[in-house]
Amino acid sequence: MARIIVVTSGKGGVGKTTSTANIGMALASRGNKIVVLDADFGLRNLDLLLGLENRIVYTALDVMSGECTLEDALVKDKRQPNLALLPAAQNRTKDAVNTDQMKQLVTDLAQQYDYVLIDCPAGIEMGFKNAIIAAKEAVIVTTPEISAVRDADRVIGLLEAHSIKKIHLIVNRIRPAMVQANNMMSVQDVQEILAIPILGIVPDDERVIVSTNKGEPLVLAGSNSLAAIAYNNIARRLEGEKVPFLTLETPPEGLWERMSRFFRKK
Amino acid sequence: MFNEFLEKLFSWKSDNNSRDQVKRRLKLVLGHDRTGLSPQDLEEMRKEIVEVISRYVELDTEELVFSIENNERSSALIANLPIRRVKNEEKSEQVENEENLENEVKEIQLENEEKIENEVKEIQTENEEKIENEVKEIQTENDN
Ligand SMILES: Nc1ncnc2c1ncn2[C@@H]1O[C@H](COP(=O)(O)OP(=O)(O)O)[C@@H](O)[C@H]1O
Ligand SMILES: [Mg+2]
Repeated sequence: MARIIVVTSGKGGVGKTTSTANIGMALASRGNKIVVLDADFGLRNLDLLLGLENRIVYTALDVMSGECTLEDALVKDKRQPNLALLPAAQNRTKDAVNTDQMKQLVTDLAQQYDYVLIDCPAGIEMGFKNAIIAAKEAVIVTTPEISAVRDADRVIGLLEAHSIKKIHLIVNRIRPAMVQANNMMSVQDVQEILAIPILGIVPDDERVIVSTNKGEPLVLAGSNSLAAIAYNNIARRLEGEKVPFLTLETPPEGLWERMSRFFRKK
Repeated sequence: MFNEFLEKLFSWKSDNNSRDQVKRRLKLVLGHDRTGLSPQDLEEMRKEIVEVISRYVELDTEELVFSIENNERSSALIANLPIRRVKNEEKSEQVENEENLENEVKEIQLENEEKIENEVKEIQTENEEKIENEVKEIQTENDN
């Protein structure tokens, strides 16, 4: 039986889709059969991050309405044969789907794959409910910002209310220099506040944006960037391996740097 | 200018940097989010609780702490209500008052009970006499 994991956050733009694409790729490259399901109906972009947008013929909605088979709609990645995408519909809203249909769809996917990763839309409305309905585990993505952490806390409460007990945290877009300067919460700060176990720490990294431009997840490109290492580590931890967390600390700013920063600001 | 300079230079030391501020603000707002208690609700509750406790002891109103705190994923209402002094005299006065009141109530009750008993007796004997007389009257009439 597959592990069914929803990647969620509450707040938009914190890195759910980026995380789904990269964790999916990393798990696939480790020999697991992966399907990533875009549950962001109406605002799909998992296909873009994976560079599979031109290969979509049918969507999850077509499967649910009986227009095509599951096989017809699944987009197999030619670069990584262990990974398939089930795209969301782009021209229909989240209300076109109900929880029973979603449950059935995910149950069908779980028959064929080792992991079903569900990319959740932002918010806590219908789209969120559909995305979590069949999930057994959740990965919460947050950034070290007040609104993202608050929304994450809300979502954790909702997941617990839905009896999803395995909930892990990814803190994304950490900027070590800002943490050092006490201008950003550290991973420990966020973890203490949300009080769920950490699955991974992903630094803020320009190469994430570059890889999005290309439609080629960092992990697939074999990048040795910290973000790629971070996502590989996350995949290994999901599989039960004990992997030490990245230390992202930069050497403390010297007096000279602080002074020159001060004068630059003036 | 120079102070500002020093402040910036040592901002990483002060505990009022934006990192500490955001943690403080988050903890507060999550306390309200998790319990569903708005700051107004909390204030009302605080007032009521302080009112009740103030009937027994005098609180140090300057030092009151009343807040929601989070431990792991559960929340607790933390109240620290320092007592200035126990209201000794007033308390004994209250007790005395209560005792007095009790006794008074008992006395009144007893009095009333006696009164009622007497009245009932009077009415009974009156009635009995009446009936007896009537019966006698009827008897003598009948005899005649
Ligand atoms: N670690 C990172 N470093 C730099 N940019 C990032 C990082 N993670 C995400 N981003 C950028 O943030 C934006 C939102 O990411 P996305 O994964 O679409 O968020 P969500 O799915 O939660 O809305 C994208 O432009 C993405 O490139
Ligand atoms: Mg997204």
